[in-house]
Amino acid sequence: MLKIKCPWCGERDQSEFSYGGEAHIVRPAEPDELGDEQWGDYLFFRTNTKGLHREQWVHSGGCRRWFNAVRDTVSYRFHGVYRHGEEGPGKDEPGSPS
Amino acid sequence: MSQPNRLDSGGRIDRDRPVHFTFNGARLSGFVGDTLASALLANGVHMVGRSFKYHRPRGIVGSGAEEPNAIFQLDEGAHTVPNPRATQVELYDDLVARSVNCWPTLEHDIGVVNGWFSRLLPAGFYYKTFMWPRSLWMTYERYIRKAAGLGESPMAPDPDRYERRNAHCDVLVVGAGPAGLAAALAAGRGGARVILVDEQNEFGGSLLGSGDSIDGVAAGEWVGRITAELEAMEEVTLLPRTTAFGYHDANFVTLNQRLTHHQPVRARTGCRERTWRVRAAQVVLATGAIERTMVFGNNDRPGVMLASAVSTYINRYAVLPGRQAVVFGNNDAIYRTALDLAAAGADVRAVVDSRRDAGGQWRSAAVERGVPVKAGCVVSRASGGRHVRAAEIYRLGDDGLGEAEDVIQCDLLAVSGGFSPAVHLHAQSGGRPVFDDARLCFVPGTSVQAERSAGAARAVFDLAGCLSDGAAAGAAAAREAGFDAGTVPEFDTAVVAGSPVEAMWLVPDRVAPGRGPKQFVDLQNDTSASDILLAAREGYRSIEHVKRYTALGFGTDQGKTGNINGMAILAGALGQSLADTGTTTFRPNYTPVTFGAIAARDVGPELFDPVRRTAMHDWHVENGAKFEDVGQWKRPWYYPRSGESMRDAVNRECLAVRNRAGILDASTLGKIDIKGPDAAAFLNMIYTNAWNRLGIGRCRYGLMLGEDGMVMDDGVTTRLADDHFYMTTTTGGAARVLGWMEQWLQTEWPHMKVYFTSVTDHWAVMSIAGPESRKVVERVCEGIDFSSAAFPFMSMREGRAAGVPARVFRISFSGELAYEINVPANCAQHVWDAVIRAGSDFDMMPYGTEAMHVLRAEKGFIIVGQDTDGSMTPIDLGMDWIVSTKKDFLGRRSLSRSDCVRTGRKQLVGLKSRDGVTVLPEGAQLVNEPSDATPVPMVGHVTSSYFSAALGHPIALAVVKGGLTRMGGSVHACTLDGRRIECEITSPVFYDPQGERMKQ
Ligand SMILES: [Zn+2]
Repeated sequence: MLKIKCPWCGERDQSEFSYGGEAHIVRPAEPDELGDEQWGDYLFFRTNTKGLHREQWVHSGGCRRWFNAVRDTVSYRFHGVYRHGEEGPGKDEPGSPS
Repeated sequence: MSQPNRLDSGGRIDRDRPVHFTFNGARLSGFVGDTLASALLANGVHMVGRSFKYHRPRGIVGSGAEEPNAIFQLDEGAHTVPNPRATQVELYDDLVARSVNCWPTLEHDIGVVNGWFSRLLPAGFYYKTFMWPRSLWMTYERYIRKAAGLGESPMAPDPDRYERRNAHCDVLVVGAGPAGLAAALAAGRGGARVILVDEQNEFGGSLLGSGDSIDGVAAGEWVGRITAELEAMEEVTLLPRTTAFGYHDANFVTLNQRLTHHQPVRARTGCRERTWRVRAAQVVLATGAIERTMVFGNNDRPGVMLASAVSTYINRYAVLPGRQAVVFGNNDAIYRTALDLAAAGADVRAVVDSRRDAGGQWRSAAVERGVPVKAGCVVSRASGGRHVRAAEIYRLGDDGLGEAEDVIQCDLLAVSGGFSPAVHLHAQSGGRPVFDDARLCFVPGTSVQAERSAGAARAVFDLAGCLSDGAAAGAAAAREAGFDAGTVPEFDTAVVAGSPVEAMWLVPDRVAPGRGPKQFVDLQNDTSASDILLAAREGYRSIEHVKRYTALGFGTDQGKTGNINGMAILAGALGQSLADTGTTTFRPNYTPVTFGAIAARDVGPELFDPVRRTAMHDWHVENGAKFEDVGQWKRPWYYPRSGESMRDAVNRECLAVRNRAGILDASTLGKIDIKGPDAAAFLNMIYTNAWNRLGIGRCRYGLMLGEDGMVMDDGVTTRLADDHFYMTTTTGGAARVLGWMEQWLQTEWPHMKVYFTSVTDHWAVMSIAGPESRKVVERVCEGIDFSSAAFPFMSMREGRAAGVPARVFRISFSGELAYEINVPANCAQHVWDAVIRAGSDFDMMPYGTEAMHVLRAEKGFIIVGQDTDGSMTPIDLGMDWIVSTKKDFLGRRSLSRSDCVRTGRKQLVGLKSRDGVTVLPEGAQLVNEPSDATPVPMVGHVTSSYFSAALGHPIALAVVKGGLTRMGGSVHACTLDGRRIECEITSPVFYDPQGERMKQ
């Protein structure tokens, strides 16, 4: 079981958290402007990264806040966590938001 | 009460405390300090079971966790334990054990016929024979299980209590042999919080069964000294009888502590086992090594034992397992055991060393003692039936066997194929063991987590080396955890120059493997060398596949004694190195763990899955309600009167609501308080309809979609103030909806100023429905004008109900005039009682969820999750009226995706059986024309189906392809018993289609 650092509460057991999928997928501001394919892309398609992955977590059994994390999908190791609106660690690393 | 194999003196048993026990019906005795295995051997019992596949006689082989054969059914009734290893069961008074793998008895075994036909039972036999025809598999499986016959689970509920405990420490030391004790001492002296665990009842590990001395005292005494020093350290926790059975991510190690196993059953009190969940900053794995067997013909005969086990039985338990001994192996352990045997008075007839010219001090000592040594020789076969009788010894030639050397009669054949470090936990931590060509074993690879191995666990096999290696590891771990470990402790013990192990994975035979006697690799699963060679011939390459094909290492012992030999034999057959072959995966658990220990206190309906009850629950019980589980909630289902069937009760409850009044406990509805200047704007995004202009005190029904456009929840939301809303959700959807809204607010719209608070448990809700409901609530409530003009449908008023502050909502899920009184849950029973009293003049009846379902289905009101399944849009449900075209909301864009606008989507309709009497089964598939050629295309299914007492005929809701354009047409419902029921497609609204009754 992993230990995860909530940016507000500190290090806690994995069982207190829930996973929320890939981070930095922004809801299109004007959905009507998008064709079916583009909308489907937003809706269904994710990167399926092997390696460093930016993803969302929520401290569901704690402060209930969402945050982002950089995690290695091979080793499971967390490389860092950051709050929404923050840039996050290692913005030059793979998987960093464009 | 003779114990013929008990030595007159020595051992760590307490001769003043005899213990009586029963094995296969025979009364036997041993001493406190014995294991079940040592006591059996003391009593001369070798043969303890029969083997898995061939039902060959099997005896005790080892002395610890590695034991493959001596697994028993322990004790009886609710206390029975299947498959413990006798080598790890501490003896206690009135212990009852019986063999598991023999049927009907150990002496007369039916399955031995498998042995006669063993040529017909090669590797993969069960796969090849029993996988086809599939219909017979269940029959075969029952036979195989009975014949294979591992232990039986108790049938009675577990009478014992189990606990779970979380702990943190700086240094966790696993194993309290010489390396572990030294490591704990070094870390403890440095001030670190240390947890030291060992699976045995006493610390000391291999020292308990050795004649070594350390710091000038006997090893056993040294162990006591070190343990006492550790015990005195405030920050050190000592856990004997505790197995570290799993090593997980982030240095999370799970321990199984056995608290009462060693006590007589009747004397046990308190917690039986405790599962420790330890987060350690640093872990030292001092888990020791496991001796390997030797693979030769008939190497499974009772009386063939591991050399280290023989030494342990002699030195620790004062038991001499045999009088005429042959010792055979490929490493120095054979000389140590030969010396132990000789010292105990056994006749050591030969030490057979496969190495041609092994030197070293151990051999010299044995020779000095007068033990005959046959170097460059092997035991190629053992003979004997229920016990080993002789060893056939051959000289090793250049390629295979040389000439016959001797046949030596013996009743004990001690073997040692070398030692395998117990790298299990290291591998579980993510490390990859690597093969050490010099020491012929897998050793821990690079550490992935904050762990290090010490002593025999990393192939440091001599005592002096173990002590210094352990001390260094403990000190290093403490340092890395932030403690100044100071001077590393040093210990004084004799350094013995040994001679290295040489490979002997499969002892050559006169004939090819498979043609002579079986050469077992895995005793528990009856996997022999020829099985592995056959797998290789049949094209298996991966050790993981070979494992599954031959069952190598699949038993409860996980192949601790033979796996490496099996891998080496495969490597040899494939012409590759052991390093290339690799190991199978080391998975938790190191030894089996009871379900009780894993579940701990999470048992039963209260603690495992909490039960939620409404404030009026006791009233429902007193009034005879049958309950229905809705998520964790207990909801009244219906209230049968004496002698009344469910259908009669539900009909009566429905008619009460339609004709007079009924009252429903609706407290389980999810309730979310939404507040903030952006509350309305937020609801606009969450719901399909618009919320800006909803008046204060007005209610509105809302549909919530996923971003994919599919309906995920529904409910009524009320505006309490400009910036304040009160949302209700489905009973099952409450937590999901709150999480959904929080996610969007925090991740997508953090600029919005709005807060959510779950108030599901704070408010109790009683729904009073029916034409007389106004009169009932008027009698109970104060400060509210209930006239329709002052209090219209879909609005809320605040006042008092039976003196309690209340919110009263005029909303209806039944289609009747109805009011929902919301009061603080703590006062709810008082208010409910008042409403029941007020309703008695109108013959108001309580009704349950079943009547609620019928009433809403009569009105065509959906239940999300019953009439929808995650693939229904509002359009499919005929609810386009609630979908705003003027604003964005979650899921909106998806409604115009090509798949959502295509024709032929399943749409919600009503169904009436044409015969007027048949209630369709829910879930029944619908077809257009049952006489069509099969497969008949399915066009939909029934989602809700009831008998409507108000209408006098059955009604159903269903989803049908293109159903909204097929009104008046027919479909056929298919029942499981083969009937085809013709149904008319109708509007889903069966009752009061204009919706006038609820607006009265
Ligand atoms: Zn938190």
